[in-house]
Amino acid sequence: MADLIRVGMADYKVGRAPSTLISYGLGSCIGISLYDTQAKVGGLLHIMLPDSTQARPTDNPAKFADTGLPLMLKDVLELGASRTRLVAKIAGGAQMFAFANATDIMRVGARNAEAAKKILKEMNIRLLAEDTGGNYGRTVQINLNDGVYKVKTIDKGEKEI
Amino acid sequence: MTDELNLSANQLDALREIGNVGAGNSATALSQVINRRIDMNVPKVAMVPLEAVPDLVGGPDAVVVGIFLRVYGKAPSNILFLLPQKSAFYLVDILMGKPHGQTRKLDAMDESALMEIGNILSGAYLNAFFTFTKITMLPSIPALAMDMAGAILNVVLAQLGQMGDQALVIETEFLSEDDGINGQFFLVPDPGSLETIINAVGVE
Repeated sequence: MADLIRVGMADYKVGRAPSTLISYGLGSCIGISLYDTQAKVGGLLHIMLPDSTQARPTDNPAKFADTGLPLMLKDVLELGASRTRLVAKIAGGAQMFAFANATDIMRVGARNAEAAKKILKEMNIRLLAEDTGGNYGRTVQINLNDGVYKVKTIDKGEKEI
Repeated sequence: MTDELNLSANQLDALREIGNVGAGNSATALSQVINRRIDMNVPKVAMVPLEAVPDLVGGPDAVVVGIFLRVYGKAPSNILFLLPQKSAFYLVDILMGKPHGQTRKLDAMDESALMEIGNILSGAYLNAFFTFTKITMLPSIPALAMDMAGAILNVVLAQLGQMGDQALVIETEFLSEDDGINGQFFLVPDPGSLETIINAVGVE
């Protein structure tokens, strides 16, 4: 049986076919995948926050979109991915609770999605698909055999992007 | 700012005692509303790495009902009351006077009833908090979501994540006498609030 590798919150994992990388229960967090179809290697990053500008030096870099992505990219390249073939998919970024006067932190999901897209663009990585927003949780997984990115929800069904 | 990682044993004890009295008040209130005995455990007070918090509630993909309140005042905090789906449905049965097992999803009225429970628990809890600390804490109106525990916890964890990698969690479990209802009540102070609370407690 192929490996199922779990990616925790504020963490990332890289691997190669036939493994699958999975991250459970994303709310405002985002699961960013990178994949190289030819080399069949990829990674999954589970970020919590858009950027590290307010962070302390001791903070875990995988928590933020801007510091987590370069780290994962480096590891995926070391596994043999080609920089030019890599494509990205993202999912998550929900706002779980609706408040009339939602503060910035309540909207962190939307800000996470924006940041992820901006950073992918800056790094010249093509964003192939996304499933972001809404008010529901997602479990995401990327199959490193074919790059299929599956998004499961409790009552909004399951989709592949 | 007080280093979150270096709370003394006495300070942790003081927080545990506040949690104990707060949760005791809440348990009594809940017990009166549903007319059943409610037991509670001794609160757990701990610094937990953010990524480990979902494991406290059965894992990030466990389906739970979460009632969330923001707490305003001198020590801004978050309150989260989590019930496994089954418990929440049973609680709704009791609140709405329905036979056990009838609730299978939540309509607007059910959600409103559960949010009211969140209000009652939080009010009782924060009253005790005030008695100990003289810090007035005002809860927001509650919000409710039924979803994966990890996703629901995100709302609190993202906030804490801006300031560090750990959460101070004061957690109490409630259990009804017939085991039909169990819930976890979390008070999670904002990182900046911890010092205010500790100072107000006056323990070194």
